[in-house]
Amino acid sequence: MVELAIVQTLVNGSVYALLALGLSLIFGVGRLINMAHTAFFVVAAYILYYFTRQLGWGAIPSIAITVVGTAILGALCYHFLINRVRQHQQAVLLITVALAMAFQELLYIGFGSFYLSVDPLIPGTMVILGVIVPRQYLLVIAAVAAVLIILWLLLSRTKLGISIRTVANDPEIANVLGVNVPRTLLTTMSIATGLAAVAAVLVAPIWILYPPMWMHALTIILVIVVLGGLGSIKGSIIGAFIIALVEQVVLISGISTHLVTTFVLLAMVVVLVVRPGGLFGIVLEEERL
Amino acid sequence: MLKRLLNNFRWGVLPVPGRVIAVVFFAFVFVFPLISDDRYILLVLIFTNIFVIFAVSWDVLSGYTGLVNFGHALFFGVGAYGSALLYKYLGWQPWLTIPLGAVAATLIGVITCWPALKLRGPYLSLLTLSFPLMLYGVVYALPSITGGPYGIWGIPLISESRVVEYYVVLIVMTVSVLIMWKLTDAGSRYIRTGLIFHAIREDEIAARATGINTINYKLLAFAIGGFFAGIAGGLYAHVQMIAAPECLTMTMSFQVIIWVIFGGIVSIYGPVAGVYTLFPLVEFLRGVIGKYNYLILAVLVILVLLFMPQGIAVWIRDKLERECPRCKLTNAAWRKECRACSASLH
Repeated sequence: MVELAIVQTLVNGSVYALLALGLSLIFGVGRLINMAHTAFFVVAAYILYYFTRQLGWGAIPSIAITVVGTAILGALCYHFLINRVRQHQQAVLLITVALAMAFQELLYIGFGSFYLSVDPLIPGTMVILGVIVPRQYLLVIAAVAAVLIILWLLLSRTKLGISIRTVANDPEIANVLGVNVPRTLLTTMSIATGLAAVAAVLVAPIWILYPPMWMHALTIILVIVVLGGLGSIKGSIIGAFIIALVEQVVLISGISTHLVTTFVLLAMVVVLVVRPGGLFGIVLEEERL
Repeated sequence: MLKRLLNNFRWGVLPVPGRVIAVVFFAFVFVFPLISDDRYILLVLIFTNIFVIFAVSWDVLSGYTGLVNFGHALFFGVGAYGSALLYKYLGWQPWLTIPLGAVAATLIGVITCWPALKLRGPYLSLLTLSFPLMLYGVVYALPSITGGPYGIWGIPLISESRVVEYYVVLIVMTVSVLIMWKLTDAGSRYIRTGLIFHAIREDEIAARATGINTINYKLLAFAIGGFFAGIAGGLYAHVQMIAAPECLTMTMSFQVIIWVIFGGIVSIYGPVAGVYTLFPLVEFLRGVIGKYNYLILAVLVILVLLFMPQGIAVWIRDKLERECPRCKLTNAAWRKECRACSASLH
């Protein structure tokens, strides 16, 4: 029971981390709260379903198309919709909510309201410490670790990473220093949606797909990002594992399963009351109370 | 008295197209049952009026003070469930339970405001987002009290007659909107709250430096928003005859924000226009083209945000009215000179 909970915590935590990272990245760089982030995740899962199940393509080309396609979709949405209203924070929130709703309805029209699933990339199970673990779980953990390392290298070592971090620090100074701010934001947005697509590729086989799943995922991801501190990458990763742990503790403690989300949210409220900026929040000068 | 009213109408309302539209609109909704007493159309309008109260209360809380509340459904749901529980356990009638449910929503508003006082910006929004979802979990976990996923059903209608119901809701809506309009009127000589809410939104530190106890006024904003949203929730439960967990979903919280921003934030007429445009439109589309209604709603919201980001009502108002550069009086846009000081408007 406890071992199973630990495995679940690790798997869910890594998926949450990957999703929260994208949201945190685009908030940190552009001060944009992208409510459609998990909608991109759901869209990616359905693209994967379409190519593997309906067209019968192999796993590798389908995954490549999913990730690249979602990243391009994110860039297009940013360029034609979000960028136009970037100055009004409320308008950004609303336009991304509307975008998520539009994606959900398009998925309803395209795929119906059935529960769908995708074949795992590596089928079968193995026994670790007396727990039966599907191999896909191990793949998830390994892939998330790999993606996090690649992202860290990208942000710390490459020129693109430096420009992303400069824009996150101060867009005006970045502009003066010769960084192309709009293009950096566009790139960040496609990286963020690409991360959501990677998360979708990994969990599509182990979660059940249905169009409105973006809402519950969005709640969890927002909780994680707020708990860790908006814009903090370290905070998002740690927050993801805390939330996954809280979920599993509530589940195995035998309290009503309906209260899982309640306790998750309660954890966030407690953290916010104790530390108003989240665990590792960045507080900018003009945003301070 | 009557003469003064007529004078006000002659010189204060008739020359300003926006006010004429507002007066004509209210006259129209008050005589509407004489034109058509189709039960379905009246029901749609009853829901529209309920959601007008809900949307305006969000605008007062979030638009005016800038405390962007993502969980306004909390107050709506507490109003609905409070009213329904009072009927279920004590057998009280709607005219008593709806105000008491709203008082419960006010109390909840003040309590939830407590942790929110420390926070700002996105943190505040995301904190408030969590409260209705927490209550949603509790409602599911206590099916013996709240009915779980089925809700509390069988609560009485406000009146057996649809027309009476329509008028009750319409009058409650008019009175609530009037109260909230007066409370947030920044130009008022007697009530300072409107001015102070604007000050808190624009610059809280400056507001505090001028000696305003901003914490009290934030609590007041939450209490006002909670009370009127609670009334809307209670009415909604009694019209539907059920208090269902749908009142507490994230969709409900976002829907109110969509209505307000679509109509025009920080204006009382904006939310009214937003709800009166979007809600009947969605209902109508559901009847005509079935399942595409939410897709069209989403596309419409995106288009409005791209081309008139200040909201549709404010956009139309800017087209119809122009402020005199000298005396700041509102004029019709087609006038060449100001109607009071005859300064050129171009």
